Amino acid sequence: MGNQALLSLKGIYKGFPGVKALQNVDFQLQSGEIHALMGENGAGKSTLIKVLTGVYTKDEGEIFLEGQEVSIRSPQDAQHLGISTVYQEITLCPNLSVAENMYIGRSDDMLQNWKKMNEGATKMLESLDIPAKATQQLGSCSIAVQQMVAIARAVDMDCKVLILDEPTSSLDDQEVQKLFKLMKELRGRGVGIIFVTHFLDQVYEVCDKITVLRDGKLVGEYEIKELPRLQLVSKMLGKELDDLSDIKSSDASGETAKQGEVLFEAEGLSSTEGIKPFDFYIRKGEVNGFTGLLGSGRSECVRAIFGADRVVSGSMKKNGKTIKINKPIDAMKNGIGYLPEDRKIDGIIGDLSVRENIILALQVMKGFFKPFTKAQANAFADEYIKTLSIKTASADTPIKSLSGGNQQKCILARWLLTHPDYLILDEPTRGIDVGTKVDIQKLVLKLASEGMSVTFISSETDEMLRTCSRMIVMRDRKVVGELTGEDLTQNKIMSTIAGGEAKS
Amino acid sequence: MSAEKANVKKNKAFTMSSLMRNQIFIPIAALLLLLLFNLIADPGFFKITLGYNSAGNPVLSGYLMTVLDNGSELAILAIGMTLVTAASGGQDISVGAAIAIAGSTLLRALCGTNTRPEVLRMPVICAFLISCLVAMAFGAFNGLLVSIFKIQPMIATLILYTAGRSIAAWINNNELPIISDPKFAYYGGFIPGIPIPTPFFIMAACVIVTMLVLKFTNLGLYTQAVGINESSSRLNGLNPVFIKWLTFVILGLCVAVAALIKVSRLSSINYSVIAKDIEMDAILAVALGGNALSGGKFNMVASIIGAFVIQLLTTTLFKFNVPSDALPAYKAIVVIMLVVFSAPIVRSKLAEISKKMKNPTVKEVA
Repeated sequence: MGNQALLSLKGIYKGFPGVKALQNVDFQLQSGEIHALMGENGAGKSTLIKVLTGVYTKDEGEIFLEGQEVSIRSPQDAQHLGISTVYQEITLCPNLSVAENMYIGRSDDMLQNWKKMNEGATKMLESLDIPAKATQQLGSCSIAVQQMVAIARAVDMDCKVLILDEPTSSLDDQEVQKLFKLMKELRGRGVGIIFVTHFLDQVYEVCDKITVLRDGKLVGEYEIKELPRLQLVSKMLGKELDDLSDIKSSDASGETAKQGEVLFEAEGLSSTEGIKPFDFYIRKGEVNGFTGLLGSGRSECVRAIFGADRVVSGSMKKNGKTIKINKPIDAMKNGIGYLPEDRKIDGIIGDLSVRENIILALQVMKGFFKPFTKAQANAFADEYIKTLSIKTASADTPIKSLSGGNQQKCILARWLLTHPDYLILDEPTRGIDVGTKVDIQKLVLKLASEGMSVTFISSETDEMLRTCSRMIVMRDRKVVGELTGEDLTQNKIMSTIAGGEAKS
Repeated sequence: MSAEKANVKKNKAFTMSSLMRNQIFIPIAALLLLLLFNLIADPGFFKITLGYNSAGNPVLSGYLMTVLDNGSELAILAIGMTLVTAASGGQDISVGAAIAIAGSTLLRALCGTNTRPEVLRMPVICAFLISCLVAMAFGAFNGLLVSIFKIQPMIATLILYTAGRSIAAWINNNELPIISDPKFAYYGGFIPGIPIPTPFFIMAACVIVTMLVLKFTNLGLYTQAVGINESSSRLNGLNPVFIKWLTFVILGLCVAVAALIKVSRLSSINYSVIAKDIEMDAILAVALGGNALSGGKFNMVASIIGAFVIQLLTTTLFKFNVPSDALPAYKAIVVIMLVVFSAPIVRSKLAEISKKMKNPTVKEVA
């Protein structure tokens, strides 16, 4: 390309106490391109983004915007330079209107012309084809629309560089498509987009270039056409990957599990979250899963089993004996563990240490008057930090300072420590890197081969195909089918989800 | 000797930064600063003399004894307030009013309807247990509003803050009973033959019990977990509603103990003045201890030291003849300084500066 790069970073260094987060990283973005930034958790993606947006100040290195060296010391600086970011979590105010959110903090005037603001917002929403009204309260829009509003805000500020940090992780397929359309539209306008995601499919669908980071260092920049998927994954992991699709071959027990005795069964279960009564069973050593679109009720089903939502009808049996689960502690006492869908809201206890987070569930089961000694707690924590290779400075580190994948491993450790005989994993791989994803899938199969029953839920169907020997398909908060053996294919699942009554 | 000194110095350098980061550093630093100020201004502050009180019993007196004596109630309240803050992320502002209620109950139980009793109607311990139950019931009421009805703690306890002192007056038909039995004055004064004020022993007992409870139960872990992330806590089998409620009941118990001391000091009660504004000092003690008032992680020892910092400040100001009307203003100035100094943003800046001063080359190397 003859023309100058829109944004160029040279030799960026950034260190934190004990960690070198970025070492000599270069990065280039042209205008009118969608550039994927890939890497495992802890590879330095977020740090790079934060350096770029002024959240962190770099230790060393230069940043050029349109050929001019710039210094970015605060998010405001970044905004003034035309670098906007849309984060995974919506950072707008849900209690304000769409228009207010688009214009908040941007005017230097004392007075606000509300009419003009609403008109401007409406125009922008229309031009980007975003299905929201300017006066609508933001909180009443879907997450996808909220994300688009955040993008519209960025676009309206004449941003030259748009950073999308995991924008798709809470969107369903249709919403993702809408977002992609918007991204392509912006690319046409000459905006340079940096796209951070864990979804490989999405990278190959919209991106032009890929930059891969590993352990805080630059691995390389590639044209999308020149880098097949498998190579991308192996570059991210830094090793030749034993083919991802092979991991199930170690699962000979999947077949034997079919004959295993039923460990847990539920009949006519329904909860206040509005799922239709459903029947469910799982055998000893079996891995099954709930699949369906986002909002189809798969999480609500397992929440009902664990007593996380109030159960309104139905009965449950474990090992043939009727049990009653009204609240999570009942389920825990019956040997059921549950890794919740939303790690931040339902999983981690942010300010507590890794150790306390790991022992919490077992501690609660053991009882109020029987705390573990510090030595016991440390032994538990160290054991699981080692076996799950959790990357943390120490067991005393607050869990919130760990990367997403390592937080998830801690939660997993918490439940493994309770030695459940039935473990429910709801989206254990969401928002975490490929390496950890594979680790978790392997772990699930290993646990099953040791006799644990596991229910595995994931938005990525191929992950479920790799791990589950039986899948329960959901649509509109109803169980609509069950697939096993030969039927476990992508196509069959899709057609079951779509069903006869599919409208679109 | 010198080798030992060098060793100590090395150790000191090694632990100084970790000490700075430790939560307990702030209240201890504040305590030492105030003591240092007194040492420079007037070393007489540290003088403790053995005298005899009007009953002819040996009594230690001096400003430091005053701090230990008068700070006891505050330290006891700080225990409960710390737990409430940790679990609910809010504060109970009805503590002073609740002390009035508990104290009034105590007197009513001891005196009945006779306001100048010759003999007490029951042993003090029984009356104290009754007042404990009443104070815990009012704590439970506050806890109910906060945990089940999800009302913000300050708003929920505003109810009792407003109504408490009239309830206290109503318990004794608005009369002011006076107890002449000298034994009743032991709890807020001195036990014959022991020259150290009794409130100090009561406070020490409370602190020891609290430390044992924190060590041998999961109260600390549970309250912190609930305060940090209620939803996660529930999915780990905890009952956040009960735990929040429990902290308010525990605070109720602390209130009853403080009320016993307060009422015993006077052998009587003044409904509108007793323990006035003590809730603010208790909250301040928690804050001075470096605990986030938004809940979550807490350090009990830091809160207790915080309580004594406040008392030390009050006593110091009294010593320098600050008129009692002007006291709050002076107190506010010192508190502002302490709080600003302990703010995380200031501390991290200070740590940065001290690091730079220690090894100025570190920037170039990195």
